[in-house]
Amino acid sequence: MELECENCGHEWDYQGESEEYAICPECDYEMEIPAEAEVIAPQRDIEDILDKHPKEPSSLIPILQKTQEQYGYLPRDVIERISGYLDLPESKIYGVATFYAQFRFEPQGEHVVRICHGTACHVKGADGITDAVEDTLNIDSGETTDDGMFTLERVACLGCCSLAPVIMVDDTAHGNLTREKAKEVLEKYRGKNT
Amino acid sequence: MSAEKRVRVGYASCGIAAGASEIYDELMDTLEGKDVDPQVDKVGCMGMCHNEPIVEIDDENGRYTYGNLEVEDVENLVEDHLIEHVPYEDKLITGPEEEYDYFSNQRKVVLRNSGEINPESIEEYMDAEGYEALEKALDMDPQEIIDTIKESNLRGRGGAGFPTGMKWQFAKDAKGDEKYIICNADEGDPGAFMDRSVLEGDPHAVLEGMIIGAYATGASKGYIYCRAEYPVALKRLDIGIKRAREKGFLGEDILDSGFSFDIEIKEGAGAFVCGEETALMHSIEGERGMPRPRPPFPAQQGLFDKPTNINNVETWANVPWILRNGAEEFSSMGTDESGGTKVFALAGKVKRGGLVEVPIGTTLREVIFDVGGGIEEDKEFKAVQLGGPSGGCLPKEYLDTPVDYETLTDAGAIMGSGGMVVMNEDDCMVNVAQYFLDFTQEESCGKCTFCRVGTKRLLEMLDSFSKGEGSSEDIEKLKEMADKIKKHSLCGLGQTAPNPVLTTLRYFEDEYETHLEEQTCEAGVCRDLITYTITNSCVSCGTCVEECPSDAISEGEEKYVIDQEICIQCGACEEACPIDAIEVE
Repeated sequence: MELECENCGHEWDYQGESEEYAICPECDYEMEIPAEAEVIAPQRDIEDILDKHPKEPSSLIPILQKTQEQYGYLPRDVIERISGYLDLPESKIYGVATFYAQFRFEPQGEHVVRICHGTACHVKGADGITDAVEDTLNIDSGETTDDGMFTLERVACLGCCSLAPVIMVDDTAHGNLTREKAKEVLEKYRGKNT
Repeated sequence: MSAEKRVRVGYASCGIAAGASEIYDELMDTLEGKDVDPQVDKVGCMGMCHNEPIVEIDDENGRYTYGNLEVEDVENLVEDHLIEHVPYEDKLITGPEEEYDYFSNQRKVVLRNSGEINPESIEEYMDAEGYEALEKALDMDPQEIIDTIKESNLRGRGGAGFPTGMKWQFAKDAKGDEKYIICNADEGDPGAFMDRSVLEGDPHAVLEGMIIGAYATGASKGYIYCRAEYPVALKRLDIGIKRAREKGFLGEDILDSGFSFDIEIKEGAGAFVCGEETALMHSIEGERGMPRPRPPFPAQQGLFDKPTNINNVETWANVPWILRNGAEEFSSMGTDESGGTKVFALAGKVKRGGLVEVPIGTTLREVIFDVGGGIEEDKEFKAVQLGGPSGGCLPKEYLDTPVDYETLTDAGAIMGSGGMVVMNEDDCMVNVAQYFLDFTQEESCGKCTFCRVGTKRLLEMLDSFSKGEGSSEDIEKLKEMADKIKKHSLCGLGQTAPNPVLTTLRYFEDEYETHLEEQTCEAGVCRDLITYTITNSCVSCGTCVEECPSDAISEGEEKYVIDQEICIQCGACEEACPIDAIEVE
């Protein structure tokens, strides 16, 4: 849920377990969670997802995909619940989930930036674009910015090879990039949020 | 008034990335309140990715193609062409009189409807003879259909080229109360987007092919295993399946024939190895996508241990065409061993990249120079990479090689799924081999030691080569290890992973030697072996100073200078310099 720190004014997406107290990631101030803040009950959401899938092992991957769509990642308590529903040990679920590149176990930033490293992008300078993006966001690939705004990922190929080099921000691809243009694209997204 | 005009906006992923949705919105806004009412449709890939975003207008004279459009062009396009009936010359690529030479060597079979019809409308597909092949098939004996596919010489378009008819025969002959068919749409090769374009541009062709295949082999359930990274394709498939059910082409008792069959979509979760058929089936079953030894082959014991026939997207999309036009017509295209056409995703350092469909047996030169228009900025052609991480790089001596399964395999590359990435003098072959090995060692599922450990060791050696470290003995070691990985891996991933190394060694060994003996990378790619210097033409504008991420550039007496101790060879200054005063050696 979205919270605003009473001490320093920092806004963040609170994912913690407690429904009463939250600690500001910026200034470590412990504050009471206001009663009106919308408390997302993970249990209810996951039940909706489970209801739509038969109790058989082949439902596992589709359930994990829907779970990630809902929460942005695979929260631990939800995996516990899936384990109970499908009657599969949690170790098995982690075994499957960690095999596939799609699944994450930590919350991601508001915008996901995917840098394409397909063959065409590679020969047209994807490494330079990666430098520029990492430099602008001040994080490495696989990390999330401190303000929670961007998560950076390397991907194998986005399939827009004729527009190489390409990055994708959320669901929108940006092609024919130079370092300069890549920075402008990110600035635009940053601008939208402030 | 001008209702006979039809406007098509290219709306595949590439088009959208280039700005097609802004063009479409602007077009609809501009048309509002104007005294014209053309039919405007979003269509799939037109194949001319180098001209995206594209709008085509059909009028009484024929077809006009407009490309590289910007939002500002839309007003003029509407005014000139739709209201005043004169072509908008500024962005006109071709008109009805001239043939665009990009298409002159092409032959559209799989891409017949892509870019022509609205892929979300089953009616338009049916108007284009869609589902006629299914009706015909349901009147035929299943064996007769399989015989037709055999006669057509259709071979698997996923890369390996196994005869499709024979595969169907195995599945039909297999004993079992329940059988499955699968469409492999897990297009994972970097540099390939053929299957995505077919699914986005003509999803019903794939569905119709699958229904026919199910009837011929006796399957009752089908799965499409499609990458989650292809949201547009997934959406159009979903719509396609729903419409096909409504029309009675899918579900119980299809077209009153007594035959029942349905299709479900499974989204892949991002593992390259799942393109391998046994790994793919494990993934559908909810397991880690790891391959298993064959036999038993999927035709005997496949998905959920039932007989299963699995074909690639492009293979399925050929099937309705073959039944409508006959096996002979199909096999007359292509070579004696292999009928029909192949779709290639042409990209890299080529002038006109895009989706290209040519008869099998067309030469590489025809594809790269006649269709693709030659090398960007008229630089020197160096190599073409075929078949992605399982394929190889062919040099200019091989430009007259016809593209078919056998000749390309003999040359050390593979037909593969159809990625074709062109490289020029600025590309380093050691770096290309390193790039592909980085990919395969990352994607190795870890089951076989030779693949898991071997690709890692290969990559480490290539990494040191790129730094100029190593000897010619190491090159021999590299070859030996590559050979062992090929022989001792279980699945296609490991068996083909060394191909990029082996082909670059076979054709460009001198380049490896210059890296090791002279410590130079002539293409100027390997960062540890190059230096950037500022020439005397520097005008001291300071742009490079701002761009340099490591603050390695400072003002000298007459020009700016790079401190080589600090420089990280990222090339940002070279790209930023407005007068090309920075050289790489």
